[in-house]
Amino acid sequence: MNMKITQDISVGSIVHGDQAGSDTNPDSYVTVGSPLMEDPKMRVRSVDVFYAKKQAIFDVNFDIGRNEVVSMIGPSGCGKSTFLRCLNRMNDTIDICKVSGELLLDGEDIYSKQIDVVELRARVGMVFQKPNPFPKSIYENVAYGARIHGLTDNSVQLDELVEQSLIRCGLWDEVKDRLSEPATGLSGGQQQRLCIARAIAVNPEVILMDEPCSALDPIATATVEELISELSKNFTIAIVTHSMQQAARVSQRTAYFHLGKLIEVNDTAQVFTNPTHKLTEEYITGRIG
Amino acid sequence: MKNMSDQIESGLAERRALHLQKRRSAEARFKWYGRIAVSFGMVCVLFLFTDIISKGAGAFTQTYINMDITFDEQVLGLNRFSTLEEIKAVSFGSFFKKQLRAKYPQATSRKQKSQLYAIFSSDMPLILRNMVIAKPALMGTTSSVSLIADDDTDVYYKHGYGADSNIGRLSQFQKSIVNALASEGRVEKRFNAMFFTSSDSREPELAGIKGALVGSLLTLMVTLLLSFPIAVATAIYLEEFAPSNKFTDFIEVNINNLAAVPSVIFGLLGLAVFINFFGLPRSVPLVGGFVLTLMTLPTIIISSRASIKAVPPSIREAAMGMGASKVQTVLHHVLPLAMPGMLTGTIIGMAQALGETAPLLMIGMVAFIVDVPAGVGDSATVLPVQIFLWSDSPERAFVEKTSAAIMVLLAFLIFMNSAAVWLRKKLERRW
Repeated sequence: MNMKITQDISVGSIVHGDQAGSDTNPDSYVTVGSPLMEDPKMRVRSVDVFYAKKQAIFDVNFDIGRNEVVSMIGPSGCGKSTFLRCLNRMNDTIDICKVSGELLLDGEDIYSKQIDVVELRARVGMVFQKPNPFPKSIYENVAYGARIHGLTDNSVQLDELVEQSLIRCGLWDEVKDRLSEPATGLSGGQQQRLCIARAIAVNPEVILMDEPCSALDPIATATVEELISELSKNFTIAIVTHSMQQAARVSQRTAYFHLGKLIEVNDTAQVFTNPTHKLTEEYITGRIG
Repeated sequence: MKNMSDQIESGLAERRALHLQKRRSAEARFKWYGRIAVSFGMVCVLFLFTDIISKGAGAFTQTYINMDITFDEQVLGLNRFSTLEEIKAVSFGSFFKKQLRAKYPQATSRKQKSQLYAIFSSDMPLILRNMVIAKPALMGTTSSVSLIADDDTDVYYKHGYGADSNIGRLSQFQKSIVNALASEGRVEKRFNAMFFTSSDSREPELAGIKGALVGSLLTLMVTLLLSFPIAVATAIYLEEFAPSNKFTDFIEVNINNLAAVPSVIFGLLGLAVFINFFGLPRSVPLVGGFVLTLMTLPTIIISSRASIKAVPPSIREAAMGMGASKVQTVLHHVLPLAMPGMLTGTIIGMAQALGETAPLLMIGMVAFIVDVPAGVGDSATVLPVQIFLWSDSPERAFVEKTSAAIMVLLAFLIFMNSAAVWLRKKLERRW
């Protein structure tokens, strides 16, 4: 019953993996490596996600530690973005999406009725794949979160908060003279850093990043990656990425997703040098993509 | 072998050239279809405008006849110290007729006399009385007064008077008097201010557009104040908040169907609901506005939904990801971006409402109303209905009034649309 996929997986079963996953017992696998830990920031237990009748995530058990950068990798459609969006309930906006299981933030169930989703998203911020600044001024973009959450009492405090957020994202020197100009006039990399500044302005505990560099050129990517490393001193960061090099550069732990299942979680160095699971190995060596 | 392939190749090139020729001519043909269609439309519009302007221009002038009137104290039995009551008690009709008879003793028969009076507007006695009320010092003096010509005189004078002219309905006797007056230089055409300052009248020379214009303004105001907020709220709810289920689908289908319902049906609905059930008065801009609101709602809702849909989802995600509530996301981000599109829809709806006649006929806005409405609860008519009423009148002078009213309606429309364009430009994000 509790068969482990770890043993004896052939290339053939990967090709038909989808069928195998849906017509046999979907819970019949165990994540290899070290997905669990003591006193995590976020604890995920037996999480299943359905889009209408189609199951996108199968029984994921995973812990995200405090002040660590966790990267999630896997082929397209493996459910890594869906999983990420569960962590601040962004999936709530999709009507047909159903999430079951247990997701705890500091021991608190984020899907419980008592949790205010607005407050949750202030604690768990998000940065998206495509830079999506509001069509307002640079200042207004960063100030927006503080405004809606009532974080500051007056405009002096707000100015300071905006400045601090922009400084932490290394954007202050580039934009300080044109804070009232439209944010959409910035370059792609600047826009993405602005979005990160906007996210950290409300001082979240966890930042989720959904392929934050996939729309950026290599130089902007390098800047954002430096920023991620810098931010990890203060924030817990979960990042979904298509670039294995990026995962290797920025994260301490790496999780490999495959067809909605969390196959392996290990230290990043180990995943990329000595993966435990055969599927992980095939992915990082380029045989699955 | 080589020769063979060369042959095939040259044959292909030929065929390609031939085909290219065909494609080019097809493209040229298509371009010409477009040009012909556009020019046909242009010609039609040009024809319409020329027709309306050439017919309606006349309505902006009015024929006046300058005549010396002796305000005889004896005849009127009044003097410069007479009170309002005393002046009102006097018959200015018989006074005016007496004056005319004295000037034209050749009018001997009863028929000729009445023809003589009919050269002038039937409202002249009233106007003379009001002159005396306004300025009692006129009593005992002889002063030159501009008398408003009757519509038949007006048509005759405007469209070519003269000894052998047979324009209009004037008799030979009347024509001879008008010709004589004209040769003395006593007849003149002046800008017809009355057209803009008075309301409907049975007498074409006294009929004006003001009542209908104010009626239209009041009706549109009611329509705008009701339909815009209701439609925007509906569109936002359906797009952003409504659960996607059978009931929502049902509402959607019905809104789309409502947009295609003939407007006269809305008039019947308004008659049944607002007037018969709720007992609101007939012929008032309030009820007209209600009915036009029903008619305009689907148009605004559909275009508002389209413009809400056009707001990129990434903006919504960004706001939600920041912890903005649904309402904040909509109010802070979606609505400002969708507003220009919503306004466009509103203007289209308003323009439609401005030109609508049929539903208003159903609720009695077709009545003959002489007063300018002072509020949404006063009886009124609207521009298109006024046009309909005048086009239905037998007097020849109403033909030019009809065209002039159409010109006013078009001007109103153009003004409204340019105001909307200006507003949209102002609201539109510059980035």
